[in-house]
Amino acid sequence: MIRIEPREMPSKWWTIGIPIISAFVAILLASIPLTLAGANIFEAYRQMANGIFGSTFAFTEMLTRATPLIFTGLAATIAFRAKLWNIGAEGQLYLGAMAAVAVGTGLIDAPAFILIPIILLAGALSGAIGMAAPTYLKTRFGADEVVTTLLLNFIVIIFLQMMLEGPLKDPMGMGWPQSEPIVDNGVLPQLLPRMRIHAGLIIALLTAGLVHLFLSKSIWGFKIRAVGENPSAALHAGINVKRTFMGAAVVSGAIAGLAGVSEVAGLRGYLTTDLSPGFGYTGIVVAMLAGLSPIGVVISAIFIASIFVGADTMSRAIGVSSYLADLVVALSLICVLIGGFIARYKFIRTNKGNV
Amino acid sequence: MMKNTRVLSLENISKRFGSVVANNSVNIDLYRGEVLALLGENGAGKTTLMNMLFGHYIPDSGSIDVLSFEGQMEPLTLGHPQASLDAGIGMVHQHFTLAENLSVLENILLGSEKIWAWRHNRSNARDKITKIMNRTGLSAPLDEEVGKLTVGERQRVEILKALYQEVKILVLDEPTAVLTPQEADTLFENITAMTKDGLSVIFISHKLREVLAFSNRIAVLRHGKKVGEIPTSEANERVIARMMVGEETIENPRKKMKIGSPVLQLNGVSSKGDSTRTSLNRTNLTIHKHEIVGVAGVSGNGQSVLAKLISGLAEPDSGELLIDGKNIKYFSPKEMQSLGVGRIPEDRHHDGVISAMSVAENLIIERLHDKDVNNKGFLQNKSIKKNAEELIEKYDIRGPGIDANTALLSGGNIQKLILARVFECMPNLILANQPTRGLDLGAANEVARRLLEARTRGAGILLISEDLDEILELSDRIMVIHDGSLTEAIDLSREAIGLMMAGEKA
Repeated sequence: MIRIEPREMPSKWWTIGIPIISAFVAILLASIPLTLAGANIFEAYRQMANGIFGSTFAFTEMLTRATPLIFTGLAATIAFRAKLWNIGAEGQLYLGAMAAVAVGTGLIDAPAFILIPIILLAGALSGAIGMAAPTYLKTRFGADEVVTTLLLNFIVIIFLQMMLEGPLKDPMGMGWPQSEPIVDNGVLPQLLPRMRIHAGLIIALLTAGLVHLFLSKSIWGFKIRAVGENPSAALHAGINVKRTFMGAAVVSGAIAGLAGVSEVAGLRGYLTTDLSPGFGYTGIVVAMLAGLSPIGVVISAIFIASIFVGADTMSRAIGVSSYLADLVVALSLICVLIGGFIARYKFIRTNKGNV
Repeated sequence: MMKNTRVLSLENISKRFGSVVANNSVNIDLYRGEVLALLGENGAGKTTLMNMLFGHYIPDSGSIDVLSFEGQMEPLTLGHPQASLDAGIGMVHQHFTLAENLSVLENILLGSEKIWAWRHNRSNARDKITKIMNRTGLSAPLDEEVGKLTVGERQRVEILKALYQEVKILVLDEPTAVLTPQEADTLFENITAMTKDGLSVIFISHKLREVLAFSNRIAVLRHGKKVGEIPTSEANERVIARMMVGEETIENPRKKMKIGSPVLQLNGVSSKGDSTRTSLNRTNLTIHKHEIVGVAGVSGNGQSVLAKLISGLAEPDSGELLIDGKNIKYFSPKEMQSLGVGRIPEDRHHDGVISAMSVAENLIIERLHDKDVNNKGFLQNKSIKKNAEELIEKYDIRGPGIDANTALLSGGNIQKLILARVFECMPNLILANQPTRGLDLGAANEVARRLLEARTRGAGILLISEDLDEILELSDRIMVIHDGSLTEAIDLSREAIGLMMAGEKA
């Protein structure tokens, strides 16, 4: 018999070491399907590393891919800390992108230092509304936010299609369902010449720092943690649980909205329905991998982006399916979740003879 | 009598939950046709022990032997309720496990009929149950829906169900907690009749009186250990009480005090609260400064609604509630706090603390808007830390430290944390709901001392407790709650209050 007991004080090294070990185990496990696909393992991993660290361009591409994941990971982190299950970051991302396009394609003519903040604000506001609405339904009528936020994603995508065929459609777009491009003054600046990496990354890192301060040092953050851990004790202690849910929802939705702004105003320049290959959903994985720590989100977003970008390069170079990238991400999540369990609990062998 | 045949033997049973030792090398034997009373305070390990007998938990060590139908003592397969059932062990839980929408007959047959049979021939079953009812005197209307039965009747259905499965050993977990004295007396007559048939009964209780009246032998558990076992004929209340508590209770010195102005007034308050619990009917209650008012009663008679009202978690449907003479219109926990109401919740783990947050954080959770905690929306970590260091010193809260999760504290230390939080705010009115439930004597005495100290300072205290001794010891006045109504007890004898708790006129 093995008895499982919670560790009283999980050590610092343990909590940091376990995810790193888990990531390595995941990559090792990934060699099984790679071998089955007929690839040379060492060549595959060399190409993978090459795709991440091989050149400045490769490295900045990876960081560009990590940028939206940092935003959506932070959005999930804040909501999940309150045990508010925001599965709708994907929809909120598109709402943010739509708002960015609405104000950033010529509606307002202003210099960059005014226009960019306006676009960011509009996107954040739009995302915030996208999460506030289902949360209101939850606090008022008890509608399960897992269902409402998830389904809202599809509604938002269909609404976006409608807008891209109608009011937001680019008249110069040769009939393609895409928006007009963001005006020059509204585009987030590039960080390096001839690279796609843009100021969205700086905003994402700043946001991570702010979310960390918000959760650990602010009264609102305290309330969000308290409500998430034990809503009835929080209520008994005089915390307004419903208002706290709304607060967490607004911040979470706003950050998810910023992901959309960053993608459309930093990378693409115009909006289409394939802006996000599921960044909103991957954000949940990022947040869980990070153990809902805002600083951890930055690291896990970079890790997941590396796997995606590296696996892409690998599949192109040695000719295996890029779905293997998804597989590695899935394996690493499972490994880290199991690792997290090992970090929190200890296993004690008990003498079977006595039982 | 066949009392010499051993039917059950528990040997060196130990069980731990995390760091809590629930049972520590317990040995218990049970003989045919006897009633063994298992006594102990809340948390002494009685229910855990019985759950292991019934296969709900697996003991960490030790063994259980049961007399087989062939007359041999055979080891019981542990951790399998079906094995316990097959060995002839039946259990009637404190909280019934009946399907309310099925008839009594269907409930009794539930589990012993094959699910996939085409049709059930119930006339044989009905005959068998009728025979059992005639023999034991237990009666229940077989075709009535269980949902329509009284609590006492439901319990009889549970027992009939066990007898129908031909149990040799019947465990009754606090069977009288929900019964009126009359129903309890009937139950004991029935038990006596059943033991004449050779049934052995283990009877869990913490009511000394009924244990002395109806059992053959008494075993006492304390902190998971068996601390004594005597034939009932040699026992008396004092002997058993000493075994249960371990030491003489320390008297809290108290002097009569002149009461001050009213701090809490309930004038004809009715409140439904949540629909599952008993509501409060046109209640009148006044608590003055320098006064502790105890509310005694069997749980589930409206205590929770009363506590919720004063915590700000429920509102009156009619009537008015005044605090310090001010008519309260808006009910929320925060409002109650700002009016100077300190609240010690009934379920300290569920409503009292956030166990995944630190001791320091839990100590300030009710003061998030005070200047020394909240500086323009940010936590004042320095003064929060200072506050925590002072309070763990002052209230003797023992644990791994102020930054450790509250989950690591023991129940007594969690209660001290809550006391610190409540008493440091100098409340005018204190709601103490089951404040010593599950605490060891030291922690319980600490709670009593703090409550008396607050009384001296000028607070009014509403003490809700199921522990009549605690109420008698601490209260200046005693109210009895029954079926949602509060009545002042004039005669403060145990018997008179006991009768009122059962809804009888004293």
